[in-house]
Amino acid sequence: MSVVLPGSPPAYPVPALALRGLAKRFGGKIAVDGISLDVPAGSFYGVVGPNGAGKTTTLSMATGLLRPDFGTAYIHGVDVWAKPLEAKRLMGILPDGVRLFDRLTGEQLVTYAGLLRGMDRGVVAQRVGELLAALDLSADAGTLVVDYSAGMTKKIALASALIHAPRLLVLDEPFESVDPVSAANIRGILDNYVASGGTVIVSSHVMDLVQRMCDHVAVVAAGRVLAAGTVDEVRDGATLEARFVQLVGGGNQTGGLEWLRTF
Amino acid sequence: MVAHLLSLKWRLLLNGFRRSPGQLVGIAIGGLYALGVVVALVVALVALRWADPQTAHTAVVLGGAAAILAWAIVPLVASAADMTLDPSRFTTSVIPMRQLLSGLALAGFIGLPGLSTTIVALFTAATWWRSVPAVLGALLGAVLGALTCVVLSRVVTTATASLAASRRFKDVSSIVVFVPLVLMGPIVAGVFRGVSGSAGYLPELARTVSWTPLGASWSLGGDLASGDVAAAVLKMLIAVATIVALSAAWSALLKRALVTPPYSGGSRKRSRKLGLFALLPATPAGAVAARSLSYWIRDPRYAASLVVVPLLPVIFLFQSSTAGSYFMLTVLGPIAAFVLAWSIAADVSYDSTAFALHLATGVRGVDDRLGRSLACLAFALPVVLIFAIGPFFLTGEWAWLPGLTGLSLGVLFTGLGLASIVSARYTSAVPLPGDSPFKKPPGNVAQTLAVQFGGMAVLFLLVLPELVLVIVQSVTGDPLWGWINLAIGTVLGVALFVAGVRLGGRWLDRRGPELFAQLSVNR
Repeated sequence: MSVVLPGSPPAYPVPALALRGLAKRFGGKIAVDGISLDVPAGSFYGVVGPNGAGKTTTLSMATGLLRPDFGTAYIHGVDVWAKPLEAKRLMGILPDGVRLFDRLTGEQLVTYAGLLRGMDRGVVAQRVGELLAALDLSADAGTLVVDYSAGMTKKIALASALIHAPRLLVLDEPFESVDPVSAANIRGILDNYVASGGTVIVSSHVMDLVQRMCDHVAVVAAGRVLAAGTVDEVRDGATLEARFVQLVGGGNQTGGLEWLRTF
Repeated sequence: MVAHLLSLKWRLLLNGFRRSPGQLVGIAIGGLYALGVVVALVVALVALRWADPQTAHTAVVLGGAAAILAWAIVPLVASAADMTLDPSRFTTSVIPMRQLLSGLALAGFIGLPGLSTTIVALFTAATWWRSVPAVLGALLGAVLGALTCVVLSRVVTTATASLAASRRFKDVSSIVVFVPLVLMGPIVAGVFRGVSGSAGYLPELARTVSWTPLGASWSLGGDLASGDVAAAVLKMLIAVATIVALSAAWSALLKRALVTPPYSGGSRKRSRKLGLFALLPATPAGAVAARSLSYWIRDPRYAASLVVVPLLPVIFLFQSSTAGSYFMLTVLGPIAAFVLAWSIAADVSYDSTAFALHLATGVRGVDDRLGRSLACLAFALPVVLIFAIGPFFLTGEWAWLPGLTGLSLGVLFTGLGLASIVSARYTSAVPLPGDSPFKKPPGNVAQTLAVQFGGMAVLFLLVLPELVLVIVQSVTGDPLWGWINLAIGTVLGVALFVAGVRLGGRWLDRRGPELFAQLSVNR
């Protein structure tokens, strides 16, 4: 488990994502309470935490969607809040709970994401075709995204995040409402991506998934990092789920509810 | 259970107020409007107390029948039906059908339309304040009539729920409804003329309608006032039978609706067509323009603001034909220019949180602004030119052509520039993507009004040079001023357009995350 000081610049080797003292307050509620974290390049990094732990807020601040009250984030050493355009070229993001331009067809939406990044039309067209095929969306390429199912919508958003071949992928709840076949499909794509040197950060509720899929993990609760490191370091012999419950606390009230056994 | 449903509806209504003070202002404005209509109708009903019985009977029966028709049709076309107590949300809780029906029916009275209808209906008792049976009959008729309104509207919405849930139906119906709304003035005038031409026919019509489900309940007071007890009893039976039949139909439809979830999908398409994305340049600004143009065509919220434009000449032609002079037609160009340019003043708000894609890809603010403006300009420029030049074929006063064309172009370009700044800085409360253009938008209505009217005031100041030149021309009568106006309008307009796009782009670069945070509040 590595401790990172809020003021220190990213050390060498340069991490894919370095958070330094990120903090955000919404009204009277402190959503993120000074998070510092290093995500090594080439890692498959899981961020887990209970509901309202500040995962989405942290990832939004790390990706330039939400301005932090304090602290900043570095993508491969580029300060997201000082040089946003440069940093955004390096990463692809899948935000949770935002809409898409859903009156475009799936194909148009991914093309749009590519063209917005100033990519060449020919390259975009080729990659869109391959991405849709890889995500099993070719049969629905001409359907409006508004008519997609929830899982298909996640997949098309993922395709939009991948189109410019980013070095870092930040995926907020990528497997929510995705069917098992598509989830395995997406995991295969992400595994290949990491194997070829890319870095992936996923946030999730599903401990089993994180334990199987990720090599590093950070446990976040109440806006702070409770533990971070490789999955084996963090789980310390136990299952990730047991360790998570132990770290976050609560959840051990198996007493009560006797009436539930009386039928 | 019925009480639970009522308190749920009441709670939902109150919590709607609590979301933001701006929303409260919006609701207060709507409430004041409804209050005005209610007061006007109540005053009319009280005044009818001193009218002769036949006139009063005719007015009450026809007005009531119109109300019932409105309750049936408005939710259908506006797709703005109050779905806070959508029956499909009760699928999982086991509520006996009878209680669900009565609860939902009574809940229909909570809310502005239900409350207003009930109050106005009860005041028909004032009209029939002529004898005790007449008052009692009017009160009973009011209750039956108002109940018919609510239940009929429920039957219509439940019957069309699966149809209305299909996106295509929603898209089309929400635009079509704008046509009669925009043409309200000419339609009302036409109907008024027709009615006043055949006034003698109305009592006969009212008598006929009073024997149908539409008018039976509203006729009770009048029949009892004139002592026709037999007719009153028969009509009461008709009214009660109507409600019973409607309830039965509603119950049957509801039973079916509770087990068949609405189907909203379209057909799968494999097509390899990129549409506008293949036509426009493959640059960020070109992509934004292609996306915006696709939305102008596909999104009913945009299309709704465009439907007004082809109807403008119709309205102005109507006005000119009643006034006998075509001079008013010449302002068509500037007005169309204003409507079209200002239509992108809330463009980012229309994106809602989909704007995250622009933020995530790091598209430069200038490209974002330019793409959106050029998309609008692509169809606005030809339309404005046609509207600016066309009327002169009717009026023949060609001396005014250059001046008014200059004003039109000035308003168009200046408006687009200003709208680019406004939408980069301020969000407006607009219907969410996929919602009906009619739906009351969530969010801060007070800020929306301030931004919209403030922006229009600034626009007025910015096009003042062109306006002054038009006035100078009309005072001096020298067409030279018109040509100067054409030059000034074009040059100044384009300059302000470029300045607006650049300034808006810079603001967007600097404040993108803050703008996105504002958008996230109203999703």
